[in-house]
Amino acid sequence: MSDLALPVVSPSGDRTAPFLARADHHPENGTLLGFWLYLMSDCLVFACLFATYGVLGRSYAGGAGGAQLFELPLVALNTSLLLLSSITYGFAMLEMQRRRVRATLVWLVITGLFGLGFLGVELYEFAHLIAEGHGPQRSAFLSSFFALVGTHGLHVTFGIVWLVTLMAQVGRHGLIAENRRRLACLSMFWHFLDVVWIGVFTFVYLMGVLP
Amino acid sequence: MNLSQLVFGRLSWDALPLHVPILLGTFIAVAVLGVALLGAITHFRLWGTLWRDWFTSIDHKKIGIMYMVLGLVMLLRGFADALMMRLQQAMAFGDNAGYLPPEHYDQIFTAHGVIMIFFVAMPLVTGLMNYLVPLQIGARDVAFPFLNNFSFWMTTFGAVLVMASLFIGEFAKTGWLAYPPLSGIDYSPDVGVDYYIWALQIAGVGTLLSGVNLVATIVKMRAPGMNLMKMPVFTWTALCTNVLIVAAFPVLTAVLALLSLDRYAGTHFFTNDGGGNAMMYVNLIWIWGHPEVYILILPLFGAFSEIVPTFTGKRLFGYTSMVYATIVITILSYLVWLHHFFTMGSGASVNSFFGITTMIISIPTGAKIFNWLFTMYRGRIRFEVPMLWTLGFMTTFVIGGMTGVMLAVPPADFVLHNSLFLIAHFHNVIIGGVLFGLFAAINYWAPKALGFRLDPFWGKCSFWFWLVGFVLAFAPLYVLGFMGVTRRLSHFDDPSLQVWFVMALVGALLILCGIACMLIQFWVSWRRREQLRDVTGDPWDGRTLEWSTSSPPPDYNFAFTPRVHDTDAWYDMKRRGYERPTKGFTDIHMPKNTGAGFIIAALCALCGFALIWHMWLVAGVSFAAMLVAVIMHTFNYNRDFHIPAEDVTRTEDARTQALAAAHV
Amino acid sequence: MSNASHHDTEHDHESGAPHSTLRGYLTGFVLSVVLTAIPFWLVMGKVFPSSTLTAAILLAFAAVQIVVHMIYFLHMDAKSEGGWNLLALIFTLVLVVITLAGSIWVMYHLNVNMMPAMSGPSSMP
Repeated sequence: MSDLALPVVSPSGDRTAPFLARADHHPENGTLLGFWLYLMSDCLVFACLFATYGVLGRSYAGGAGGAQLFELPLVALNTSLLLLSSITYGFAMLEMQRRRVRATLVWLVITGLFGLGFLGVELYEFAHLIAEGHGPQRSAFLSSFFALVGTHGLHVTFGIVWLVTLMAQVGRHGLIAENRRRLACLSMFWHFLDVVWIGVFTFVYLMGVLP
Repeated sequence: MNLSQLVFGRLSWDALPLHVPILLGTFIAVAVLGVALLGAITHFRLWGTLWRDWFTSIDHKKIGIMYMVLGLVMLLRGFADALMMRLQQAMAFGDNAGYLPPEHYDQIFTAHGVIMIFFVAMPLVTGLMNYLVPLQIGARDVAFPFLNNFSFWMTTFGAVLVMASLFIGEFAKTGWLAYPPLSGIDYSPDVGVDYYIWALQIAGVGTLLSGVNLVATIVKMRAPGMNLMKMPVFTWTALCTNVLIVAAFPVLTAVLALLSLDRYAGTHFFTNDGGGNAMMYVNLIWIWGHPEVYILILPLFGAFSEIVPTFTGKRLFGYTSMVYATIVITILSYLVWLHHFFTMGSGASVNSFFGITTMIISIPTGAKIFNWLFTMYRGRIRFEVPMLWTLGFMTTFVIGGMTGVMLAVPPADFVLHNSLFLIAHFHNVIIGGVLFGLFAAINYWAPKALGFRLDPFWGKCSFWFWLVGFVLAFAPLYVLGFMGVTRRLSHFDDPSLQVWFVMALVGALLILCGIACMLIQFWVSWRRREQLRDVTGDPWDGRTLEWSTSSPPPDYNFAFTPRVHDTDAWYDMKRRGYERPTKGFTDIHMPKNTGAGFIIAALCALCGFALIWHMWLVAGVSFAAMLVAVIMHTFNYNRDFHIPAEDVTRTEDARTQALAAAHV
Repeated sequence: MSNASHHDTEHDHESGAPHSTLRGYLTGFVLSVVLTAIPFWLVMGKVFPSSTLTAAILLAFAAVQIVVHMIYFLHMDAKSEGGWNLLALIFTLVLVVITLAGSIWVMYHLNVNMMPAMSGPSSMP
């Protein structure tokens, strides 16, 4: 019901002003919320891929399974690279808060390099599996493995492209509000990919080699 | 692979259906009409206006109208498919094979479903929400205006791909959900399923982004004083609908991606061999599919919640329970999906669980119906066209809902699944609920969007043809379903069934009259628009904020953001003697139009077309070009401008004069 | 709507954007390293003979580490965006659980009833 007990017309008889906001009313910026909502939808894409892996992940079609194929030391390396890239992005955000353009860019470069390292290791792993005849066409297990891990890798790739683009934009315009918003969005994206990776290394790799 | 293959893939002159008379005739008709339309636009020098004021517009009102136009145009195509099916099924008994060979018939029922759901219902519902939500919450636009434009073009280009399949190649023959293994590469090696996949992936991205946009808009951009429980019910249903979109469409994206991997890369997600499991596709696609039908209906429940109070002259009964019912439906819609495949074999415990949840979800919908009825009780009902459609909805939809509860009982569903009973049920709820709701909404909000009411006489003709036609077209299908007739058949052996199919055809022809009357209604309304002009902006004595603006509203919607004190904010303002401000206007901050959305979406469509035809070089280049276009767009920081205060003053003064003249 | 540069006011932290600290990031990092190292050790060192027990511990550690990431890296709390961020996250998590658990439950039953030869003891993780 109404939040006012008395008629809204003010004592001076004003029938206009009580129904209008201040002339310079500006709605709050929705970019961060909007991007978070997009990430939630991305979460559900990964949920489907995890569900598919969960259902098909033991369908080896007579071929090799995770216990035979996964090299855990390599996965440990990958995981470290990605986790390090998360912390270096965090450092970039701290420099952004202090409005230090050069320092921000330096930490972004380091983040990008860790990301490229992660992708390099992953591509090596994929190439090796395919060369040995364990490509995605071999079995449903391998199809779902490549789809889930590959989709994560594609996201990291897009993240790196975005990172480079944003570095160019920060270099050109500095740490204006629009760029700070974009860096905050990429930050959410980057950390979200690390969260998904936690699920991947746990559910796919570690649980995959258990007897 | 030589250069010609790299560029053209499997596209060749054979792709043109020159040997199919119906398609050839359709193509000639479309070509003639198309040339006439393009010629008319050129003759009246409208290309500039179209591009500058409409195609590149980021104004939610223009985008909303474009969505409605898209949906209504595609309704004609989807209905043409329906007529063809009715005709075939009315003729094809015994020795008479009908006029459609099975492989053609299969494409028609697939296209009919895909078009009606994705390119009629979704655009119309999205257009409605796009148009209304900012106006109802007192905002100037949605949270991400550029993204809004981009979403529209992605949906439109998805429709373009489906339409292209009519003349270049063929469409899927799998039914509108394209179950594997039939939709896999072994059993559908042709382009049809690929058209299906890429059209839906492209349109799906548009829909998902639109969902994010509208949730952010409703959360962040409500006028001061409009807390959640003071929002109009339509805005509540829009919020829940868009939450469903954000939560459900990623599943569709993922499943179709897996299917396309099976088709393009030889993976084994849903194949018969290699460990694949086709049942997983059915499971995942319905995890999307059930929320999808609630995405379609919830906005129209919201529309009815606006229409009934307005034409009854009473506040909506049970606002709080309406809101909670909507929220409950949103959450429960994720717990019922298995009822679409009770017969696939998951067994008694699983089937019982989902049967029970399905029955539970009918309860909040029932609560809504009672709330509308209690609103009408002791009200003064005005039988304008929107109210007629609403009453038609109430009777029709309730019957459809009841047949749904029948189907929710697994043992009953074992008899009725995939029979014509099922077809009758879902057409009952979709036509009765979604389509009647859309027609009610169009007639209700047309004055706001267009500046003039729609002709009531032709509106009433359309309504009666639709109502009677619907009953005649679908009641026989309930009967046939009970008798065991299966869906998607193009020929029958038992001649005793024919009378029912003929009755259904007559019903379809009546619906055709209904559609014709609606088109005539649009034409006549345009011709008589001065007599039907909405001068005050509030032709129905409405209750929500959109009726406080002029018809149509100015670009900026509100010269000053409103301050809200109660639900039914506009009714509250009128009751307390609100007077429009006539001075003190300031510059208004607005986003600029842009062609970037159109260009990026067009490149996506080109990439999709290339992937369909295995034109790998074109696909690679267009994908790269699309990425470049996106990145270039992000380098544009100059996206805003200000409407000067003098322009605002001039617009508001013109309205002041028009209102004064109306009262003379 | 995107704001033009003249709305660019110099706040220490913007409305809506969370405030990061070095201590926060380092705490999160150290916790994550520990929560990663232990699971890897449990599997690579074959510490527990029971796969089921190991799997349960792995999932628990993963859940905790995800929460650590949410709090320390993604600055998740009940106040950001007026509580809508947390609400969206919880809603998404509920749906993720329904999708995962629901799919595995349904598909297990479908496999047992409809493809018995393929649904032996080790047919699903």
